[in-house]
Order: sequence, then C-alpha cells, then structure tokens
Amino acid sequence: MDVGQPNSGDLLEIYRRVALLRRNDDRAIKVLRSGRLAMPYYSARGQEIIPSAISVQLRDEDYICTIYRGIHDMLAKGMPLNELWAEMAGRATGTCKGKGGPMHITYPSKGIMVTTGIVGSSMPIANGLAWAAKLDGLDRVTVAYFGDGASNIGAFHEALNLAAVWKLPVVFVCQNNRYGEHTRYAKTTGSPRVADRAASYGMPGLHVDGNDPIAMYRAGSEAIARAKSGGGPTLIEAMTFRFMGHVYGDDDAYMDPAEKTAAMEADPVPRFRAKLLADSIASEASLKIIEDAIEAALDEAVEFAVSSPFPPVGELTLDIYQHEVAA
Amino acid sequence: MGTKQTTMLQALNVALADALAADPKVLVFGEDVADEEGGGVLGVTKGLSAKAGTERVRSTPISEQAIIGAAIGAAMGGYRPVAEIMLMNFTAVAMDMIANHAAKLRFMSGGQTRVPITIRMMTGAGLATGGQHADYWEAIFAHIAGLKVVAPSTPADAYGLLRSCIDDPDPCIFIENLVSYSTKGEAAASGTRVPLGKARVAREGRDLTIVSYSRVALEALHAADLLAAEGISAEVIDLRTISPWDKEAVLKSVAKTGRLLIAHEAVRPFGAGAEIAATVSEELFGKLKAPVRRVGAPFCPVPFSSALESAFAVDRNDIVPIARSFMQSTSEKVLELS
Repeated sequence: MDVGQPNSGDLLEIYRRVALLRRNDDRAIKVLRSGRLAMPYYSARGQEIIPSAISVQLRDEDYICTIYRGIHDMLAKGMPLNELWAEMAGRATGTCKGKGGPMHITYPSKGIMVTTGIVGSSMPIANGLAWAAKLDGLDRVTVAYFGDGASNIGAFHEALNLAAVWKLPVVFVCQNNRYGEHTRYAKTTGSPRVADRAASYGMPGLHVDGNDPIAMYRAGSEAIARAKSGGGPTLIEAMTFRFMGHVYGDDDAYMDPAEKTAAMEADPVPRFRAKLLADSIASEASLKIIEDAIEAALDEAVEFAVSSPFPPVGELTLDIYQHEVAA
Repeated sequence: MGTKQTTMLQALNVALADALAADPKVLVFGEDVADEEGGGVLGVTKGLSAKAGTERVRSTPISEQAIIGAAIGAAMGGYRPVAEIMLMNFTAVAMDMIANHAAKLRFMSGGQTRVPITIRMMTGAGLATGGQHADYWEAIFAHIAGLKVVAPSTPADAYGLLRSCIDDPDPCIFIENLVSYSTKGEAAASGTRVPLGKARVAREGRDLTIVSYSRVALEALHAADLLAAEGISAEVIDLRTISPWDKEAVLKSVAKTGRLLIAHEAVRPFGAGAEIAATVSEELFGKLKAPVRRVGAPFCPVPFSSALESAFAVDRNDIVPIARSFMQSTSEKVLELS
C-alpha cells in the first residue's frame, strides 16, 4: 500500500487542529467549572493527535461516525466552533438546534454524519455510508472512530466482518486510551492488541503510536489509500491515553496515579509543538498566531452559545417524522 | 370481476421487484435473500437478485446489528434500503440500531439527517415454532417515537403498503404474518400505493366496531359473518398502520356504533389495543354504549404444543363471544333502564 509522508505544511495543519482540540478542551473545562454551562462532558484530552493526523487527509465529502467522546474527532473534521458550542449549550443555534447535545452531534456539510452515545454503534452505520459510496462509484472514505472498550461489543465484530466480506471503503480507528469506562483494558480484553483482531476478519490491522503525528499520519494514509483503491477496510489501533477520566467530574480513583502522571508528563501536544520548533517547521511567532486565533474563536463561540436563544417547546414534535404526526 | 388473484407472498415479491425496477436507489438485503441462497427462506425475495443484480439484492452474514447499521448508513448516503430481519424476534438482536439510531437520528440531528429504511420481518403463531419465532411486538415498536409500524392483512394492502414504506422518508417496521403468506386476494395494480396511517373499512356495520390488523383482521371479518347470522351488524376496521394509527377513522366508526372491540394477536396487556381503547374512552366517553373490550393472546410466551398454540392464537372464536356478550349486556342495561 502507498504510505504517504506528511510534509511541513501537513504537519503544521495537524498542529493547528491539535491546538484547536486541546484549547477547546481547556475552554470546556473552564466553562463547566464556572457553572456557565452544564452538560455531560467526555474529554478526549490526550487523544488529539489521532483525528488530527487522519482528518488532514480527508475531504469534506469523506464521512466520519464517532462516539460520545468525539468532540475532538468532529473539530478535527472541520466542525465550526460557534455551532458546536451552541449545541453543547442546548441552544437553537446549535448544529442540531439543541436537540442532540454533545453526545449526538451531526454536521453533514463537513461529513460528520453520526455521533452515538452507544458504545460500538458507530461502526455498523459507517459500513452503510461506505456501501452507499461504493455503490455510487465514489472514492469517498468513511472513518469510524471508537474506543478500546467498544472492541468487546458485538457490533464491532458484526461490523468488521461485514466490511471485510463486502470490501467496504471504511477505516476503523480504535483510539485505545487504555480504559473502557473505569476498567483497565487488560481486565476486559483477551487479545493483547485490538489490531490483532483484524486478522480474524481477513483485514489488515495496524498497531500505531497514536500520540506520534507522523506514525499516525502514515497509518491513516495507508488505510485511506486502501479504501479508495477498492482494497477494503483497515483496522487501526492508535495507542493513546485519556487524561481526564471517563466523564468530567470523574475522580479517577480506578487509575494507577503513576501511570497517569507518566502519561501526562509525556503529553503529546507540547511534545509536538516543541518538535515543530526544533525541526524549524514553525517559528514561535507563527505558532502564537495560530494559538491566538483559536483563543479568539473560542471567546466568540462561548459568547455566541450563551447568548443564543433556547429552542422553542414546539421543537418537541418536530423532526420526529418528516411530516408531523399527531401523538 | 376479472381482477387478478394472488397470494400475500407473491404480492410482497412483486412489490419488491417493482420498487427495485422503479428506483435504482432501492436495495434489498438480509439473510439468504439472493437467489443463490434461495431467494429468502420462504421465497419472498425469489428472482429479485436475478433481475436487479447481487449488488442491490444481497445476502448478508447472520448479523442483525450489521444489517440494520448498513441500512441506516446507506439510507443516510442516499439509498432506500429494504432490510430483512427474517423473524420479528430477531429484531431483539438489532434493537440498538433500530431504537437508538434509526428511530432517533432525524430528531437528534435537528432534522439534518433522515433514515428512510424499511425493515421487513415475518412472525405469527400457528406453525409450531415455539417461543422465539412467533411474537407480535408491534406495540414495542409503536412505543418508540420515530418509527412507523405497518401490518397488512391482504395481498393488495401488502403490495401498496410495502411500496409506501419504501417511498417513506422515515424508518418503517413492516410486519408480515407467516401463516397468511398463502392467503389469496386481489392483486394490486402495478404501482399502487396504500397511504400509511390510513385505515380501511373492511366491512360496514351498525352495532359494533371491531378494530384489528394483520392476520386477525381476517378473523374479524369471519367473526362479522358469524355475528351477522345472529343479527349483530359488526363494522370491521383494518388499521393497516399501527403507528401512526388512523384515529379519525376509528373515532368516526365508534361514534356511529357506540361499541368497540379491538383484536390483535399480540398478548393483551400493554398491547396496541390498550392505546386505542384509552384514546376512544377519552374522546367518546359519553357516546359509548358499553365499555371498550380487547381481545389478545394470553400473557405468556408463544407455546409449542399444538394444544396450547391453538389456545394462544387469537381467532374468530375469541372475537364472537365477546362481541355477543357486550351486545347482550348493553341490551340488558337498556331494559333495566326502561
């Protein structure tokens, strides 16, 4: 398979997305702490490299299906901040008019088709989107994101098998953050590596350091090229770590503190930034410009969200069917 | 009359064939549906893959979640999938895809995405299949906002309703009764649509209204014949669509007759009959001549033994005595009052 190598421009664009996801997470935590917003928040802090390195290789017409811990996946795919924040705030100006919330965001113009709150359910639907593209003769790729915990639910096996049998243009990206809810990977999963399971479906499996932007880009490049060339699906297991526990407010009591400290000391975001400077891909001033622009956009998004109106109660009976049906 | 006669099974086959021919976006898939695998376990999809090709009429692994997931995704990708989940009980395996995703994606996306899928399934007691192949779960699906639930009783309705489900912009649960696949009736003219949510007055009457659907609607018609011999004139309404149900047609009929009996094969407690009974009681309380009655299966799993299964399955003999008794009790009441 062709494996692309990211050039300087790609790396800088990956960093711009990584910085956006990290700063968006900073802001979400700050706003939740301030009490200005209340929502269930599943931080993906620590996992930012994965969707950023993949999404720079996708077009708006390529699809993603993601999960409740998926705001990073959506932002990396081009979700606009104002509509995202308004949706998180449950406002009428949100992507879904405030009817989905942070666990159920959809934004088709950027290919963000489904966000599910059900573990494992991004994969069977991704297959259908990929099947439609294949029937249409398009070179559209569908990426299904999910966590290591989802590799133990039936939908994972059914979906990977069908994708392999039908040679669907899907990339299955497991963000292995070492915990499924509160339980460690090794306590729940017989296979040492999720990627090894690909072999049982006759599908290539890639085990990659999800915190390494170049390795992640190369894995994505191989999988996307395979999907576009009719070679069928790929399972990527991207190794990472979840810094903020399962859900915002989680006490992390089930985590080994030493493991968490070590992971946070190896935080991939400042490491990536330092590498861009060390390799003279970017200057401090140019990164500062990117980061300041993100902060300004976040300021605007939060204000846009909290100053937007709530949806009218009449929305309760809209969008259930195309044509309203009396209850 | 010269109208062509057909069977339920044949009507369904023709509806699928016509839908595939009319719209290249229609897909038919599920376990064993292609011709190489027999064209469906009972032949409902026979010949379809030969005509439309195995890309569009496709046999799948035995993976109900993957089948419905693929249907949802393909629908969002612009297709009109008709997914077959062989037996209604097997929907339990795919319930997350149906209830949490197909039903809700339009609402949760604020109307940005839609899931125009038809999920076909067979069911029904009477073939000694026991507890896991014969349940009627229409009330479970009707209880989920976002789904439409359809259950035809005649070949013409089967054709027209299936075509309407495939055209519909929302997910439809399409229930086929196994026992009545061989039921004969008039064939629908090619291309006919029967609108969803519209009931059919299958027989006009004065004294009581019997509301039913699927196989039991045919039993209600037989019951009406038996009641007519006793001088009781029953109006039979075949609901055709359980959700959304045709409230207007039912209220109109009951306003006329003043008596309502609802009959279905599903177990009686919490069945579709309860919703209809409650609505009619709310809307027509002062006009009812008798309490609303319901006929349904006893609250137990579908049994195997023929002695038990025949007692379980609702038929005309369950309907007639109840219709008769509440006619008697109301006439006695009228006598007491006079």
